[in-house]
Amino acid sequence: MKFGVVTFPGSNCDYDAYAAVRFVLGQEVEFLWHKSSDLCNADVIILPGGFSYGDYLRGGAIARFSPIMEEVLQFASSGGPVIGICNGFQVLTECGLLPGALMRNSHLRFSCKYVHIRVESDQTPFTHGCTVGEVLNIPIAHGEGNYYHFDKEIKELEDNGQVVFRYCEADGSITEKANPNGSIAGIAGICNRGGNVVGLMPHPERAVESILGSADGLKILNSVNDYKKVTAQA
Amino acid sequence: MSETCKAVVYVRLKDGVLDPQGVTIQKALLQMGYDEFAQVRSGRFFELEVNGSVENIDQRLDEVCSRLLANPVIENYRIEKV
Repeated sequence: MKFGVVTFPGSNCDYDAYAAVRFVLGQEVEFLWHKSSDLCNADVIILPGGFSYGDYLRGGAIARFSPIMEEVLQFASSGGPVIGICNGFQVLTECGLLPGALMRNSHLRFSCKYVHIRVESDQTPFTHGCTVGEVLNIPIAHGEGNYYHFDKEIKELEDNGQVVFRYCEADGSITEKANPNGSIAGIAGICNRGGNVVGLMPHPERAVESILGSADGLKILNSVNDYKKVTAQA
Repeated sequence: MSETCKAVVYVRLKDGVLDPQGVTIQKALLQMGYDEFAQVRSGRFFELEVNGSVENIDQRLDEVCSRLLANPVIENYRIEKV
């Protein structure tokens, strides 16, 4: 399995993602420069966290127009697995691959801490190795992770099983206190209708070894690594 | 011959979308003793200098707003040419 990690100017979790894949997962991985139009035959695309284009205008608003994103859009529409982490999630909502928007945290502060998230769907390449209801301990680090969409669209997401992760307490219960940013329905991650495009605010690539505080992020990376139904890019 | 004109774009959150910045500003006003301001909504403002006389400038401005300056999912925009 070959992973591609997109680097935008201002990405700062691209090396974390690269290291997690190469040194912990032991898989092939390549950086994909934002100006490039070549996904280098990657089987999985990671849009990493950071502050692409300085987060000017809105998180991800300018990165979505990078040449590499044309290729990512095509790859995603042919069923290729794409995961957007933090700023990568913002890029995915801005470019329309995922619905909704990520707004300023309701308390207006940057939030950097470990949180618990509950797996709500195992029907994506990134969670099929998890069980529904499983609680993962994964850090967040963002100022704009407040997921928003209108009631009708949220209901559609819920009905279609597109909510993939929700902020929760350690025991898996969903409470207001466990919600670190004001996201509607405690949503921490969603997927597209096909399930192959997943976006989440927490950073699985930062939780891949117990020495880092948690290795739960590996469950997400391992899931896609084991995923057999990947549509190889033509 | 080239002409220069200016367009001003106002971007704001749609009604019903929570504006934590506006809420915080309103609370600060309350604390300062300005209790007559029931609600504050924040937004962004852009000034665009348009070079040359472009025929379909209205359409192009609209495109620029919906594709980049505003996020149509949560924001509205208004264009004024000056």
